[in-house]
Amino acid sequence: MADAHGAAAPHALPADLQHQFESLDQQQDAASFGMWVFIVTEILFFGGLFLAYTIYRWQFGAGFARGSVEMDIVAGTANTAILIGSSLTMAMAVHSAAKGKRRALLLFLALTIALGGAFLGVKAIEYTDHIRHHLLPGPGFRHAGPDARAVEMYFTLYFTMTGLHALHMIVGIGILSTLFVMAWRGRFTAEYHNPVEISGLYWHFVDIVWIFLFPLLYLIGRHAR
Amino acid sequence: MSAAEYLPPVEPEEPRDNYLNVAYGVRSWLLTRDHKRIALLYLASVTFFFFIGGLFALLIRLELLTPAGDMVQAETYNKFFTIHGIVMVFFFLIPSIPAVLGNFLIPMMIGAKDLAFPRLNLLSWYIYMLGGLFTIWAIVHGGVDTGWTFYTPYSTLSSNSHVIPAALGIFITGFSSILTGLNFIVSIHKMRAPGLTWFRLPLFVWALYATSLIFVLGTPVIAITILMVAVERTLHVGFFDPALGGDPVLFQHLFWFYSHPAVYIMILPAMGVISEIVPTFSRKHPFGYRFIAYASVAIAVLGFLVWGHHMFVSGQSVYAGLVFSVLSFLVAIPSAIKVFNWTATMHGGSISWKAPMLYAMGFIGLFTVGGLTGLFLASLGVDVHVHDTYFVIAHFHYIMVGGAVMGYLGGIHYWWPKISGKLYPEVLARFAAIIVFIGFNLTFFPQFILGYLGMPRRYHSYPEEFQVLNVFSTAGASILGVGYLLPLVYLAWSMRYGRNSGANPWGATGLEWKTTSPPPPENFEVTPVVDEEPYSYSAPGEVRVVG
Repeated sequence: MADAHGAAAPHALPADLQHQFESLDQQQDAASFGMWVFIVTEILFFGGLFLAYTIYRWQFGAGFARGSVEMDIVAGTANTAILIGSSLTMAMAVHSAAKGKRRALLLFLALTIALGGAFLGVKAIEYTDHIRHHLLPGPGFRHAGPDARAVEMYFTLYFTMTGLHALHMIVGIGILSTLFVMAWRGRFTAEYHNPVEISGLYWHFVDIVWIFLFPLLYLIGRHAR
Repeated sequence: MSAAEYLPPVEPEEPRDNYLNVAYGVRSWLLTRDHKRIALLYLASVTFFFFIGGLFALLIRLELLTPAGDMVQAETYNKFFTIHGIVMVFFFLIPSIPAVLGNFLIPMMIGAKDLAFPRLNLLSWYIYMLGGLFTIWAIVHGGVDTGWTFYTPYSTLSSNSHVIPAALGIFITGFSSILTGLNFIVSIHKMRAPGLTWFRLPLFVWALYATSLIFVLGTPVIAITILMVAVERTLHVGFFDPALGGDPVLFQHLFWFYSHPAVYIMILPAMGVISEIVPTFSRKHPFGYRFIAYASVAIAVLGFLVWGHHMFVSGQSVYAGLVFSVLSFLVAIPSAIKVFNWTATMHGGSISWKAPMLYAMGFIGLFTVGGLTGLFLASLGVDVHVHDTYFVIAHFHYIMVGGAVMGYLGGIHYWWPKISGKLYPEVLARFAAIIVFIGFNLTFFPQFILGYLGMPRRYHSYPEEFQVLNVFSTAGASILGVGYLLPLVYLAWSMRYGRNSGANPWGATGLEWKTTSPPPPENFEVTPVVDEEPYSYSAPGEVRVVG
């Protein structure tokens, strides 16, 4: 309720309070809520691609399964584990920030950045592999088999969806690096660590997108073997 | 002029800082985080784009003056209507009321010092301008010819025009809409003044809240769709290309999933403006306040369920067509509630015909015509007859120009004293409002008839028997153009020479009228506390029956 914020004493304003807010509570509430609204937007942004995936997989089920077996299941599983691990370290970072533990915060932020980097590294190796096997959609696409066209559609969606996801990872690493510098300079305290918290929300969201991408792209052809 | 004073009169000798004179210079504007200054940045930019779009409308009407395609080539004409559509929809109508009036008014209406995220607000303007630059680049380098709808496979396979920069411009601008919507939603939830409950909010805020829901839920879908078109076009892959197994109708689904709700992005804020103007100039509490508020949300929700009525003839199943037809009829209910409630508000009111009220009257009439002809188009059988004709053009111009632009102009006039601290010239403004109304009807009413007689849209030549009505339409467009230029001139004039307006020239309720004009940078000296119902226009002691 807005009424709750009216009580803040106007003279003892904390340094981190921006002028448009009445209290730090209100400011943090607004920031967290803003991130949730942004995540809703992101869900619909990815939603268009998931819709296209649903329709074309329904249309070309066999071709999608053929495309899926071209995936490196070891790399995909490893990446899933890496990302879930990074969500854990991110949660630990938020926890450390809330407790005001600067060194632990720095450590967990660094770990999260490293795991995010590792994910992108594995993804880059996978991409290089696909391209070497002429699986990049477009005029250069080659696939031996009956459903080449459907397999190409699968790879179009694969590259767009994982590419967009990787772009979100890169942005996330950028945000976490900024947080790292801010934490290094001692900007966060137990009272003021909202940026860490809402960046955590974003990171978990990007992680969850992958949790959907992994089975949809890597696992659909496995049982057919 | 018996303007009720809600503030103790400010000592005239004491010069106060307002948001306009608190700082000078280009930097103080381009780096501002004040929502009121950002609103003025938007005002200047949407006005610029409005006249660009208007110029191309004029070129279209000039070509259609004669049956032969004698002014430009067919390909050039395609570019004219595409640029007109893209600029008007994405760079004028969608940002117009939300980014100008919404930005300026929402923080004041909720009794806050600013929006929740002022830096994001400024960023949204820069993003908008960047998107605008891409689009202007596309126009200057030869234009786009796909129509504002970018239908595939033409846009991805065949068109030789600058599809990518134009599409990127729209993609980028979309993020400014998302940021604006996000900012409004968070501010309305978290920044309301003490005592300002949801049902004490002005109806304008309800309308903008519903609009913001569409911004954050719809815009990302058009963004990803445009991204897919760009990927398909640059990398020659096949999201929508039938030769590669894609489905062009999927593009239409994705496109209209945003672009139909976008119609409500354009009209809902205008409805919000009318809901403010009508009670003020009728001196009455709005009839059925809660119904008008809920109707805004209902329109936003239903708006997401009707996109398929754009595809009645695109090979969609008859069953799907039937469902979308019924759902489209449902949108008429909350829209009609609004129209009835505005009229009922005026009933028995003490009405003064100031310029904003004239625009509001124009809105109610023209929106009703546009809405009812929308029901023709939502009917499966009639739509087959009139689809892709001038009937459709006339219908949506009645909503978007007769509705949204009228609402925008009404709002600009109504809040001009608050924005500039000056009164606009009333007689001239009434004259302009009437000119706009006449010019508009002369332009677009003949198009209903043309469409019903079978004149298809998007052609630069037509059979001779259609010429008379087309000449009417072109004549109307020139009158309309004059009607739009007039406010530009006299509002600019009033900035310098207009009489001081005082805090509340209309004697209106609402928190924005309780601060000085122009408002101080922080909007209010002290955070206001709200302890009364909205729109309490009745005289004290009088028994009021709340509708």
